Amino acid sequence: MDAIILQILNGLDKGSAYALIALGLTLIFGTLGVVNFAHGALFMIGAFVAVTLQRIFNLSTEHVDPTKTDFLGNPLKVKVPYVESWFGPEVGAALIDWSVPIAIVLAIPVMLLVGFVMERGLIKHFYKRPHADQILVTFGLAIVLQELVKYFFGANPIQTGAPDAFSGSMDFGVLLGFDPNTIMYPYWRLVYFLFAAIVIGGVFAFLQFTTFGMVVRAGMADRETVGLLGINIDKRFTIMFGLAAAVAGVAGVMYTPILAPNYHMGMDFLVLSFVVVVVGGMGSLPGAVAAGFLLGILQSFASMNEIKSLIPGIDQVIIYLVAILILLTRPRGLLGRAGVMEE
Amino acid sequence: MQILGLSKRDSTFLLIVIALTLLTPILIQPFPVGSGLNTFNAGYPDLMQKIAIFGIFAIGFNILFGLTGYLSFGHAAFLGIGSYSTVWMYKLLDYNVLWGLPLAIIVSGLFALVIGFISLRRSGIYFSILTLAFAQMMYNLAYSVLTPITNGETGLQVYESDPQVLLGANEPSSPHLFGIVMRENFWTPKIGGWEFTFNNGYYFTAIIAIIVFYLSLRIFRSPFGLMLRAIKTNQTRLNYTGINTRPYTLAAFVISGMYAGLAGGLLAAMDPLAGAERMQWTASGEVVLMVILGGAGTLMGPVLGAAFIKYLENIFSKINDSVLHGWFAWMPDGLEDFLIGVSHFFVGKSWHLTSGLMFMLVVIFLPGGLVEGGQRIKALFKKKRTSGDDGAGTEAQPTAAE
Repeated sequence: MDAIILQILNGLDKGSAYALIALGLTLIFGTLGVVNFAHGALFMIGAFVAVTLQRIFNLSTEHVDPTKTDFLGNPLKVKVPYVESWFGPEVGAALIDWSVPIAIVLAIPVMLLVGFVMERGLIKHFYKRPHADQILVTFGLAIVLQELVKYFFGANPIQTGAPDAFSGSMDFGVLLGFDPNTIMYPYWRLVYFLFAAIVIGGVFAFLQFTTFGMVVRAGMADRETVGLLGINIDKRFTIMFGLAAAVAGVAGVMYTPILAPNYHMGMDFLVLSFVVVVVGGMGSLPGAVAAGFLLGILQSFASMNEIKSLIPGIDQVIIYLVAILILLTRPRGLLGRAGVMEE
Repeated sequence: MQILGLSKRDSTFLLIVIALTLLTPILIQPFPVGSGLNTFNAGYPDLMQKIAIFGIFAIGFNILFGLTGYLSFGHAAFLGIGSYSTVWMYKLLDYNVLWGLPLAIIVSGLFALVIGFISLRRSGIYFSILTLAFAQMMYNLAYSVLTPITNGETGLQVYESDPQVLLGANEPSSPHLFGIVMRENFWTPKIGGWEFTFNNGYYFTAIIAIIVFYLSLRIFRSPFGLMLRAIKTNQTRLNYTGINTRPYTLAAFVISGMYAGLAGGLLAAMDPLAGAERMQWTASGEVVLMVILGGAGTLMGPVLGAAFIKYLENIFSKINDSVLHGWFAWMPDGLEDFLIGVSHFFVGKSWHLTSGLMFMLVVIFLPGGLVEGGQRIKALFKKKRTSGDDGAGTEAQPTAAE
């Protein structure tokens, strides 16, 4: 029993990441009708916003401290980050420690901007082109973005730690009445799951309860009629693209303590997220979220030793296997609407 | 003049292609070896062989994507299967490529039959995702559970302890065809400052490439090819007229899978190794890139795309700081440093950035690829000439490359 709960928990954080990326993907698809292969790159850019902020916070002045000496007896050079000299040592250290959560504040405007530029500059011209062209041009864009990041940040993963307050693990089993130390779960993963739940809830509430969201939903259902009613739906869809980019970006920011960001993380997640979107049903928001968590949890179950010894290699292929099965039995995915992506 | 059942235009076209292929060692080695432009020479066996092999891969992919419009993101899996089959034949029998290549074609054909049968039940993006899922599954399995067959991360290679039952006493210990060793050069003439390399492996690959190019030409001109184009144009209407399109798309899928298997086998003939990274989805993306860049649905496009990408990949990644300094040395210092800094984005290790940008530009401005670009330029010249004569602008004739 405790093993099962542990696997469900393990699946949650990965599932959260899949769900967040897939949510943005399916949102873009549902509104603009564009298949965006560069969405994984947005996730990666978000992660590197966190890396950049951490680097900015760690920019230091170097001065010689006459009171201390190093092991050779020379005066010791001390590095003091600018933030510590500006805001005092305590606030400065806290800023550095909390750089990942703070990066969200920076990431949202950055990602909105990236989203707007991408949509207005490139995607706009591809509404009328075939889906294959959209896939290809965004695939090219993803390569360009990933190579730019590789150029500036190098090819190696960059460790970016969570705040110290969340660095340990919690004994989750005790809460449920199990023996201590049976279900250990890192705090940050819990934070990630809660964060994902809030973002997903926020996006749904935004679409469900605001006038803006209502117009967008109407546009998703019948774009032409909304346009005939004199509503500038394109402008709203552009904003939705920016929103989807921001969701992917903050998902990337918060994921950095779980997985040290590297330049190809976007591509790695993209493939899985696409599978998630298709399994959930193209253009279906609840479908994307449900499929994200479902596949994340299935994947962590498949990597249990008991199951691996039963069916060798299942942990490597479970997601794809499930995707193939679902696509063959439920052609529109779990919660897909009729008439979407059917030539 | 007509050959091999082709029309007059196609015969000429095929002859030109044959001539270009056979003269490649000279054509892509246009500069003297000692000169500063030596960087742009590409006439070494390794690269030429790669161009021919990926040309074959792209020709096959084009039969599926170019003609039917089905975009597969999993064709690299067949490439990997071809390599594995061939290396296994080296291990079990001997280094003669004659055993490995047919097996590569057959095995990848069988895999393509199964995967195609399942994936082609859906179209559009769903088809792309299904093929991607199959390929990723095979890639992941090749790395993990199938290690006894694939040798995991090390990659499959031939060891001393392998049976090699057909191995004769003085047989070469690298891939060969009845004693003609692939990696050996049969002629390396030096004329003035120029040096050319004529390599066994390249000519072996080139002859196969010409044969499969001829086959694809025949497919393009056949009723079967016409049916495939009809599927791309409007599948629904075909279904309404009572035609079951599935056998046609499946046949195209299997044919392109076999081409990919052959290309994989030839990769193993170049270098007796097979690794799982050949099956990764980025490798599938690469062949899509080649076909689009050259021109999907055209005969010559895929080959041009493959050659273009492999050539630039080699040249661009070769250009390093000292080469750049050599080029910009005549400029003022500040400008030189600036230009070198800018170039850094595009050359050396950053070559993928260049290829990504190039690819985007082609998709945006030139959906027909290089072949369309060539036709536009040609049409431009034609228009100028005819308007000068009598103003009767002739419609640009569709060229054989279409």
